[in-house]
Amino acid sequence: MEASAQQEEKPVAVEGGLRTGMINATEMQRLIDVLRKEGYQVLGPLLRDGAIVYDEVEAAGDLPAGWMDEQEGGVYHLKRRDDDALFGFAVGPHSWKRYLFPPMRRLWQAERKGKGKFRVIPEEETPQRRAFLGVRACELAAIAIQDRIFMQGPYVDPVYAARRQNTVIVAVNCGHAAATCFCASMDTGPQVRQGFDLALTEIVDAERHVFLVETGTETGAALLAKLEARPATNDDLAEARRIVERTAESMQRSLDTTDVHDLLLGNLDHPRWDEVADRCLACTNCTMVCPTCFCSTVEDLTDLSGKTAERVQLWDSCFSMQYSYIHGGSVRMSGMARYRQWLTHKLASWIDQFGTSGCVGCGRCITWCPVGIDLTEEVRAIRATAPPAPALEDESEY
Amino acid sequence: MFMTNGQVAARPMTPVVGRIRRRRRETQDTFTLEIELEKKRRFSFAPGQFNMLYVFGVGEVPISISGDPAESDVVRHTTREVGVVTGAMRGLKEGDYLGIRGPFGSAWPVEEAEGRDVVVIAGGIGLAPLRPVLYHLMDHRERYNRVTILYGARTPEDILYKQELGRWSARLDVEVFATVDRATRTWHGNVGVITTLIPRAPFDPKNALAMVCGPEIMMHFCVRELHRRGVTSDRIFVSMERNMQCAIGLCGHCQYGPHFVCKDGPVFRFDQIEEFFSVREF
Ligand SMILES: Cc1cc2nc3c(=O)[nH]c(=O)nc-3n(C[C@H](O)[C@H](O)[C@H](O)COP(=O)(O)OP(=O)(O)OC[C@H]3O[C@@H](n4cnc5c(N)ncnc54)[C@H](O)[C@@H]3O)c2cc1C
Ligand code: SF4
Ligand code: SF4
Ligand code: FES
Repeated sequence: MEASAQQEEKPVAVEGGLRTGMINATEMQRLIDVLRKEGYQVLGPLLRDGAIVYDEVEAAGDLPAGWMDEQEGGVYHLKRRDDDALFGFAVGPHSWKRYLFPPMRRLWQAERKGKGKFRVIPEEETPQRRAFLGVRACELAAIAIQDRIFMQGPYVDPVYAARRQNTVIVAVNCGHAAATCFCASMDTGPQVRQGFDLALTEIVDAERHVFLVETGTETGAALLAKLEARPATNDDLAEARRIVERTAESMQRSLDTTDVHDLLLGNLDHPRWDEVADRCLACTNCTMVCPTCFCSTVEDLTDLSGKTAERVQLWDSCFSMQYSYIHGGSVRMSGMARYRQWLTHKLASWIDQFGTSGCVGCGRCITWCPVGIDLTEEVRAIRATAPPAPALEDESEY
Repeated sequence: MFMTNGQVAARPMTPVVGRIRRRRRETQDTFTLEIELEKKRRFSFAPGQFNMLYVFGVGEVPISISGDPAESDVVRHTTREVGVVTGAMRGLKEGDYLGIRGPFGSAWPVEEAEGRDVVVIAGGIGLAPLRPVLYHLMDHRERYNRVTILYGARTPEDILYKQELGRWSARLDVEVFATVDRATRTWHGNVGVITTLIPRAPFDPKNALAMVCGPEIMMHFCVRELHRRGVTSDRIFVSMERNMQCAIGLCGHCQYGPHFVCKDGPVFRFDQIEEFFSVREF
């Protein structure tokens, strides 16, 4: 329940509760029922329009049993698995950020009161209790990153904070990595380590379809206590860990983060930026699907009579021209400058700003890029051809 | 200390309203609004900080506070009309209301400048964010060594705060140099870009502290001249401008490498941003 940054890595043992337990796959329905009965709207993966997205799940039958995704640069499609795994896929176009930091929300309204005068009506939000079911390790890392951005700076986004405090997280360890995943090299997954209330590992083979359930908080322990669980044995635990290790080993992509901060910021005039800009359509897809991208803009609306006005906040992208507009023209006119902003922010200046990389290795930006631009490739290309000692100091000519 | 602090903390994106007590035309495209906050709220700020000003139904823009930091019953802003929001703001009349959030951002180093020669360099509307510094310097003149104001405007008609500049230049303990890009018949002062004033300005580069505000390109050349005279980057301060939608470090728009101009700036010590300052489209 609390922000992940405040959580201990070790699960909290709770009296009367269980630190770990084994449940049958059929218990998923009970978990959903328990959460719903406690007033949580349960959000989880489901099939829609040829993709696995996150939306309200009312029954275990809504989960994409037996489906998996195949992903590559610019490619996403679903395929039947040869089992009935409920979480046998990686990540889709949605991320949980849409529920904590919604794509659009009203900030406030204003109402005219006589000539030239108006009053501001603050927006009241009563946050809905929500349970996120099926949060991957990379996504937990992404949530922890957004927690820092929205809750740990000089100003707190009150809506994000309220939503966050009302969220229960049921994480799931990955038993399958997409070809676009590279969380292992970003040190964010595939093993779930912190920031969850419950963590599941799905074990599905010829004999059984069960979940190892581990608790991360008292809330999680209380939930587990309501399920029909048997104690987990050392063998169960070992098998669960093996599944995740196999996933890590199967990962095809990686990003070498060694000195990536200085590598990118020390090569702001590298020819590769122009080269990638020739391919990039500046469509903004990568920023929309990225679970850590946090940029937003505002829009002012008025009704026809001009009596009321409102201000809404919308997701925005550094790939748009207006993003950097100041009187006289955009700061980043060229696609080169915009792609460079995106990647240097994500992998370098993010570290200066928030003490962490802005990339968790989920691979979404690779899959959903219509032309298949792959940031791991871009970094590799810059690394391969960067001058031996990128020195930031050399940039200034004075 | 700050008026909207409680408000900003609880609802950082929601403005309070203020009433325009006085509106004053400064030049053909600039005007100063004197704003009184609702419920007689007091307002205090540090020179260099800005507010987000909202015009009903039109939009919200960052505008520096240009008044005297010693006064707290009124908020002053000098705005140049350049587009949609500033245009609508110009149309506001005395008695009209606008939304206001702030103050935000970093401040000019008026304390660090104590005991030093102070060089204030402004181009165009860039004088507005520096006026609070000038009020402070004049009020505490004894704390500073030589004070020099260098100001550049497009034409003599575009010179802001003419009366005040006149008053200050009449003082024996302040030097004011103004220059215009294009002179008119009645102008007897300097003609040319502002950088031409720097080599001749009376300050000791070894101990001077410079505060520079204007278009980025103007600041670029001013910094170069200051460097040439031997003022080091850690004694040069500039105020940066970037697109701003939130002013509280959350919307991302104002990013400048590792910095958010809205919360780490707008005023930066030049060595903090030097490595990026000459990178194009950064
Ligand atoms: C920290 C700071 C202090 C400023 N102080 C002053 C001041 O004291 N006086 C003054 O006249 N101007 C100041 N400006 C510039 C002022 O904010 C812009 O002129 C204004 O935003 C233009 O808005 P517009 O809608 O009229 O212009 P348009 O060209 O119609 O712009 C549309 C939108 O783009 C954005 N935008 C455009 N120009 C800028 C800009 N320069 N900076 C940030 N966002 C911009 C705004 O969201 C604006 O609504 C300051 C800017 C910053 C960042
Ligand atoms: S940059 Fe790409 S891989 Fe990294 S977190 Fe964002 S979407 Fe995922
Ligand atoms: S990198 Fe790909 S997804 Fe991102 S803006 Fe460019 S074309 Fe779109
Ligand atoms: S203006 Fe939004 S982050 Fe600076």
